[in-house]
Amino acid sequence: MDEKPPKPSSEHTHAGPALTPQGVPADSWVNTHDPDVIALGPEMAIAEGDVPFSDEDEFVRGSSLWRDAWRRLLKNKLAIFGLVVVVVITVASILGPPLIHKTLGFTPDYIPTNDVKLTKSFPPFTGPDGKFSWSHPMGTDNAGRDQLARVLQGGQISLFVGVISTLVSLLIGVSYGAIAGYIGGRLDNLMMRLVDVLYSLPYVILVIVLLSMFRSQTPRGQLVLLFVALGSVSWLTMARIVRGQVLSIKNQEFVLAARATGVSTFRIIFRHIVPNTLGPVIVYATLTIPQVMLTEAFLSFLGFGVQAPLASWGSLASDGAQNIAIFPWQMIFPGVTMALTLFSLNFLGDGLRDALDPQMRTD
Amino acid sequence: MLRFIIKRLLVTIPTILVVITITWGLVRLAPGNFYSGEKKLPAAIEKNIREKYGLDKPWYQQYGRTMWGILRHLDFGTSLKYQGQSVNTIIRRSLPVSAGVGILAYLLALIVGIPIGSFAALKQNSRWDYGSMALTMLGISIPNFVLGPILVLIFSLSLYWLPPSRWDGFLSRSIILPVITLSAVYMSYIARLTRAGMLEVLRSDYIRTARAKGLSEKDVVIRHALRGGLMPVISYTGPALAFLLTGTVVIEKIFALPGLGNYFIQASLNRDEPLVIGIVAFIAITLLLMNLLVDIAYAFLDPRVRYQ
Repeated sequence: MDEKPPKPSSEHTHAGPALTPQGVPADSWVNTHDPDVIALGPEMAIAEGDVPFSDEDEFVRGSSLWRDAWRRLLKNKLAIFGLVVVVVITVASILGPPLIHKTLGFTPDYIPTNDVKLTKSFPPFTGPDGKFSWSHPMGTDNAGRDQLARVLQGGQISLFVGVISTLVSLLIGVSYGAIAGYIGGRLDNLMMRLVDVLYSLPYVILVIVLLSMFRSQTPRGQLVLLFVALGSVSWLTMARIVRGQVLSIKNQEFVLAARATGVSTFRIIFRHIVPNTLGPVIVYATLTIPQVMLTEAFLSFLGFGVQAPLASWGSLASDGAQNIAIFPWQMIFPGVTMALTLFSLNFLGDGLRDALDPQMRTD
Repeated sequence: MLRFIIKRLLVTIPTILVVITITWGLVRLAPGNFYSGEKKLPAAIEKNIREKYGLDKPWYQQYGRTMWGILRHLDFGTSLKYQGQSVNTIIRRSLPVSAGVGILAYLLALIVGIPIGSFAALKQNSRWDYGSMALTMLGISIPNFVLGPILVLIFSLSLYWLPPSRWDGFLSRSIILPVITLSAVYMSYIARLTRAGMLEVLRSDYIRTARAKGLSEKDVVIRHALRGGLMPVISYTGPALAFLLTGTVVIEKIFALPGLGNYFIQASLNRDEPLVIGIVAFIAITLLLMNLLVDIAYAFLDPRVRYQ
């Protein structure tokens, strides 16, 4: 969370200089002192951040914001639950398939073709003889492939799509919103009007048209198409949030100081203003990941998304839904894993919002 | 007010045209053709097909013809795969199913979601509050294509109470599962939005006044607080309609309903170009007009909202 290097501070006092915005150097990481920016008024920061942590008096106020947020997050049990589950599922998705390959000897796409008795769907914890067995804790699919390995590999793709598409939307949304907000005037009006128009479009429908018409011949190509399509439709809210933040930051002294010392507009936007919008951006990005994953699963479920042999939770659920009457485990395991992940990400996002931006809280 | 409506219409109409143009462009720019299948067609047949569908003309004439048909008579052309059926016929036949299921699902979501949200707000930080909010988060997080098959598994395949996937019309048991599956997400959203709106309103001065003058708690909540507390729910109606449309696509596939979404998926997979363009155009027009209506309703309900 607070990866920023603490600024070397000449004096060991906390309260005095931290309160005066004028004393902040123009290009510092130190947060601005506007309570509207990231909802931490100077008073609050002094009261909560500085006094109890007197043993770390080298810390400037900028990093104490992140400390406060982290402390508030730790108090939120549901958010921590979400964080733990997300970390566990991510680690399991990355390490699981190679680990299964090492210990049990099969890969996610391993089909036991040499044995007809094995190429069928077994219930969880059951061997080919119908007796209890540890080898397939989630059972197997129609071709006798191990469900656990498939679900973990599907998790790789689902999480990968979620993160990459969110990064794409971050890149577009933050730049777009920051430029519109900082330049202002006619350009701002035009850019935001465009966002309003795009907002009202049935974009998932357009994404389906895009994906079905430009259907790629290779699974990897389809995956890239999916990133582009999902990223390019999910940046709108991000642009609005960043613009709102920038509007409240851009008239502050440190921006004026930067402009006075001749910093270029580009540098002011991306080096001075954007870092100060980080709190809400992180919160919203965390909430974008489950949305994007849900959309990806939706598209894969309908057959427009991830293509075989690659699998995501959505495409696994789609395959499973067709056999739900006979082999319900094929549907339930990927579906429940996905629901659990989305649930946790949503709680984590909510918790982060409460921690980083207490004024946005609804209770 | 009139100025506001006219101004919004001036944005809405070009937007509709842009959506149709984007869809037309995507369909046209895509590599290949709807008739190019596995094996190559003889040149003469290909030439005939191109002539019949006007593909031998320059692109701007094709574009002009599509747009003219839509603007002049709301005519989207003839389907390529459903031979002899016009896109309008298909929409007219399938729309009632989608719209009916969507509206019922949204009504169910309102009827269940608003009381849950209000209750949670009134009992803030109680066990009920946390419980219902965790439950609604679960509702948001379970994708409807997971919830649907699980409900089918329970109620159709284990208990044999409801039919799994068939369509017998609105007045049959076959509508119950699709409506519940579709409404779960909106129910959860509406409950959360109501709670947030109510919490804000319950703290305000006019509620304190209402309480101070001795109104019963029931009157305070129903006559005073709900009116303000439901504003977020009303503004959510616009986006909800869009999501409802995409939601029905999945629901129709799971439950095999003969709705617009099912035709859209088939048309996209089959590359039935007029049908794809027609359905997207139709959805865009509906959606944008609905959004306009929601904005107008919003202005009427909240006197603080003044549209310039």
